[in-house]
Amino acid sequence: MSVSFWAWLVLLFPLLGSIAIGLGFRVLPARAAGAIGTAAIALSFACGIAALVSLLGDEPEARHHASSLWNYASAAGLDIKLGIFVDPLSIFMVLVVTGVSTLIHLYSFGYMESDRGYRRFFSYLNFFVFSMLLLVLAGNFVLLTVGWAFVGFASYALISFWYRRATATRAGMKAFVINVVGDIGLVLAAFLIFRELGSFDYEAVFAKAPEVFAVNQWTIVAICLLLLLGAFAKSAQLPLHTWLPDAMEGPTPVSALIHAATMVTAGVYLIARTHVLFDLAPTAADIAAFTGLATLLVAGTIALVVTDLKRAIAYSTMSQIGYMVVGVSIGAFSAGMFHLMTHAFFKALLFMAAGSIIAAMANRQDIDAMSGFGKAMRFTSAMFLVGALALAAFPGTSGFFSKDEILAYAEARGGMYLIFTVLGYVGALLTAVYTFRLVFRILPGTPCNPAQELIETGQVVHAEPENPATGEAEDTEVGFPGPEHHIAERSWPMKVAMGVLGVLALVGGLVQVPGVDHVIASFLDPVFEDSPLLEVHPTVGAEWTGLGIGGAISILGIALAYFLYVAQPATPAILIQRLRPLHTLFARKWYFDELIDLLVVRPALAIGRFANRTFERVVVDGLVSGTAETVRGAGGIVRLVQSGFVRSYALLLIAGFAGLALYFLLASS
Amino acid sequence: MSIEWYIVLSSLLFAVGATGILIRRSPVVILLCLELMLNAGNLALIAFSRMVGNQEGQVFALIVMVVAACEVVVGLGLIVAIFRRKLPLDVDELRELRG
Repeated sequence: MSVSFWAWLVLLFPLLGSIAIGLGFRVLPARAAGAIGTAAIALSFACGIAALVSLLGDEPEARHHASSLWNYASAAGLDIKLGIFVDPLSIFMVLVVTGVSTLIHLYSFGYMESDRGYRRFFSYLNFFVFSMLLLVLAGNFVLLTVGWAFVGFASYALISFWYRRATATRAGMKAFVINVVGDIGLVLAAFLIFRELGSFDYEAVFAKAPEVFAVNQWTIVAICLLLLLGAFAKSAQLPLHTWLPDAMEGPTPVSALIHAATMVTAGVYLIARTHVLFDLAPTAADIAAFTGLATLLVAGTIALVVTDLKRAIAYSTMSQIGYMVVGVSIGAFSAGMFHLMTHAFFKALLFMAAGSIIAAMANRQDIDAMSGFGKAMRFTSAMFLVGALALAAFPGTSGFFSKDEILAYAEARGGMYLIFTVLGYVGALLTAVYTFRLVFRILPGTPCNPAQELIETGQVVHAEPENPATGEAEDTEVGFPGPEHHIAERSWPMKVAMGVLGVLALVGGLVQVPGVDHVIASFLDPVFEDSPLLEVHPTVGAEWTGLGIGGAISILGIALAYFLYVAQPATPAILIQRLRPLHTLFARKWYFDELIDLLVVRPALAIGRFANRTFERVVVDGLVSGTAETVRGAGGIVRLVQSGFVRSYALLLIAGFAGLALYFLLASS
Repeated sequence: MSIEWYIVLSSLLFAVGATGILIRRSPVVILLCLELMLNAGNLALIAFSRMVGNQEGQVFALIVMVVAACEVVVGLGLIVAIFRRKLPLDVDELRELRG
């Protein structure tokens, strides 16, 4: 079996699963829908493994296969195929996406058990995985755009999953609109590529681009900036990031899968995939890298003060994607993808553990109300701690190796890129502090009421039908999570999923230890072999120095968090008092929402109102009702003839014929 | 015998039929007058056919007869329906369709 055969199968299973559950939602028992959904993704993962094995059978230089099913559009000069492109990069993404998705489907199998929309949930989730796989396997820019837009829709549908919640539907719309802004960038970039290079196919475009474009020619820079617009919107980088924290309105497995592990990394994948173009436009690559850097710092500072558990993790996701964007933009491709993989493991794990805690809190997400879960939920707490350690890059965990590899590469490039190393370490300190702020606020201490109840009676609190964000009462008929909640301690699917991810988050980094092994790099590097940036290599010594610094910073950050939140719990309040303006700036999320509101939303609304009042009411309505009035008036005249007297009709008829006959007689004589 | 006599007779029949339609109010008589007009046309067709010397006009006359028979069926059916619903058999009274 060829590589592309397996890759097509990878695409097929989630699509079939989504359709089967979607069509059968009235007849399928709930459990069956969950089982079908999970099995479809697991099969897809198995096919991904088969494709990997088949790909490894080729010579490293020959590890790229294009395959197409049929012509999608074919006209003069235009030839778009329904084709996929399989190479180590896409297979890597396929494995990360399907692997993590399988576990998250398994988790949802237990977590969503009491939800009224159980089948709908799995249908959406399978559709999302299909779209994401289409995005990473697409063989040309057209199919990439299709997958890109599908993913945006799936994200919208899942954020607004509890659609009777006003906050959820609003968050879904916000995410969709911002994603469409990015889609426009991607589509325009594809058009520009077609105009300049005459093809949409990856292979043709990447082969032709170095011949057509000079380095930093304005067209290639424009193409890359438009691609970045798409990448930034999807990956929640400044200033198009405001949708991601709001997206936490969706169910927690959705946050884990879409808004942490897979979809938001699509931008990173896009930059890595089109690295040939970015090599020709170093300016655009630098802009991307600096945006990533700004995002990782801004998001890190916001995560320090946010009190909503899921939103805090969401800001940390933004921050970690900032690292990945920096990595793939400065040329540390395999390091960036490596961080993408480890981040998928530990962030999905963190979200799962957070979901379990939120379930025990009966939907409340406010960390001020949480404490003492270390005693109440041992398994969940252990997993939360593992995820937090990996996120904070504690020595030996997966995040430790992947993050520092990006920073070591930046150092090896030298010059201006040293900024990334220095500020990257500042970001690492922020990461350690905000992560362990969550840990120390939630796990130790005297148990809060729900935790106390869990310890004493073993009962999970029932949720009132109300919106946890606003407290308003909710419809319990549809789109409601249900009063029962499921915690990892009581549900084996959740436990299995979290356990596997916990192991991966701990040891996943060992596949690429400097000086010992380099599995990811040697697998991915053939994809990037034409990039001049691949020549840059940090020495093993420099990498270990970097790891040493990174480890020290991580421990320092954890110690700082311990000091602030456990040893001297009064300090944060004093600090907030002293640094009131700074705290306000962070707590208001650097005023990005207000800025976008002022610059985009309000002008757009004003234009809309003007168009409604002036143009619509006067011009359009005038034209439309003017036409209607004219027709009505003319009809009024014709009505007079319709007297209802048959004989008068006959008279008119005869008179008319007589008139015609007279005319012809006169005309012929 | 020249063609003029046939044409004159045909025209007279046609005029009688048309006048009948215009002045009579009974639907039955109106139908009769319609038949008269159709047969005036038939007469002209056959006359011209004889004059030209081929059979096309006669074929047309046959078709007109078929159409006339159909028309009578529909017309009489309508009249029976009107009668059954106890409506006045007077076309001036039946003016539901005025605009």
